[in-house]
Amino acid sequence: MATIIKSYEPTFWDKLYFPALLKGLMVTIKHFFRQKVTIQYPDERHIPPDGYRGLHRLNKYPDERIKCVACEMCAAACPSNCISIIPGPSPWDDGKERYPVRFDINLLRCIYCGFCEMACPEGAIELTEIYDFSNYSRDDLVIDKDGLLGVYELTKKQNYYTKKSHSPASLPFKTERT
Amino acid sequence: MDLLGFIIILVKVLVVFAATMITVMGMIYAERRVSAFMQGRLGPNRVGPKGLLQPIADGIKFFMKEDLIPSGADKPIFILAPAILLIPALMTFAVIPFGSSITIFGREIALQVADVNVGILYILALTSIGVYGIVLAGWSSNSKYSLLGGLRSSAQLISYELAMGLAVVSIILLAGSLRLNDIIADQQGYFLSWNVFKQPLAFIIFLVAVYAETNRLPFDLTEAEQELVGGYHTEYSSLKFAMFFLAEYANMITAAALTVTLFFGGWDVPLLDESSLGLLGAILSVLSFILKMAFFLFLFIWVRWTFPRFRYDQLMRLGWKVLLPLALVNIFLTGGYLTLTAMK
Repeated sequence: MATIIKSYEPTFWDKLYFPALLKGLMVTIKHFFRQKVTIQYPDERHIPPDGYRGLHRLNKYPDERIKCVACEMCAAACPSNCISIIPGPSPWDDGKERYPVRFDINLLRCIYCGFCEMACPEGAIELTEIYDFSNYSRDDLVIDKDGLLGVYELTKKQNYYTKKSHSPASLPFKTERT
Repeated sequence: MDLLGFIIILVKVLVVFAATMITVMGMIYAERRVSAFMQGRLGPNRVGPKGLLQPIADGIKFFMKEDLIPSGADKPIFILAPAILLIPALMTFAVIPFGSSITIFGREIALQVADVNVGILYILALTSIGVYGIVLAGWSSNSKYSLLGGLRSSAQLISYELAMGLAVVSIILLAGSLRLNDIIADQQGYFLSWNVFKQPLAFIIFLVAVYAETNRLPFDLTEAEQELVGGYHTEYSSLKFAMFFLAEYANMITAAALTVTLFFGGWDVPLLDESSLGLLGAILSVLSFILKMAFFLFLFIWVRWTFPRFRYDQLMRLGWKVLLPLALVNIFLTGGYLTLTAMK
């Protein structure tokens, strides 16, 4: 059975148009006084929420030992194969046999899924909230062990982005433009 | 005319011209800032404090650009068209009184460039000439988009000029004069003696027509960038485009000033006798005029970033079937009222 849909008949008030126009003007003027959403990037920085997955870091114990035992669980879990580890015998006498001689992460391959973080039995690898780590060459975006430990030093005490208007410290692996 | 009188007029011309130009720059800045604010953005804020020097940067940009004339364009008319639009736009402000009068060295100086006794006719005539600039620009460009823009502009003109003129007629009926000073004098005094309260219908018709006249957003069919690229100024670049740009804003300023003069008592400060206060009264009157004008200039921007564009046929229907009959009815009512009160 066909249903007859009655179209909306405008009333006299609607046909005047002016009430509707005034309503529209009120909407725009409300937005005029509203808080602006623009973040003026190099001067201001967006502070990411907790749980944001950005640049990696390699954690250390308070006595400077690296937590990583080079089990390569993270490399196995990594869906984009961006982690490469060369293990060696641990230099510390703490009952852990292995330690990473090299620990490289290709930041261009990484998809920031956080699987490495979840796979790690030692809580050694973690993702920080750092998102603006652009660099001038592809080679410089393969971050090594020192770089990862440097990121840890940078972020162990406080968040990388503290205030909106605060410009953060430069990253340990950042290269200058050549 | 003696030499001093000549110098005074020259100074007034310069002041009004400079003020218009500065207001144009302010409007270009305001348009971008206000539009950004209404969309939750910040707008230009890099050039100078709060981005206030942005119009100058824009001006330099226009200056440096290459001046193109399309092949097949009607060269003399193509070059002349922006001037035809800009010059009347700047000339119209001459008859608008922007304040009461000041007395310096025993000489009374009216704050108005020229006290023309047919002021309103002068303004209506000049604004109509401006449209020729748009039509000729569209025609001489040898481009389909420009031509369509020009055609729309002429069609828009005939459907709005009438309603606008007739709305003004009802004001003239009340004031009994075509001089803008007389119209202001007629509205002087109490708040409710302003013409908005005496002639609300004429005000609405006039306001709508003014938006069509200045090619501003609900009626900017002549440039309609979504359909016509840039409308009548598609083929223009560099300083010629800047002239169109300037003319648009100059037209807006004149339109705002005219709205204030006709409907909001011009420089009249409500509940205040300006002539009894001397220089202070004159300053107050100028301030009042500037404030009222600023509101209407803001309204132009406000409306632009609120309403969508009218379709071509909707615009025609509104002009001929709504505004024109309403304006005629308004004149009839005003005339009837005046006749009845005169009979008593």
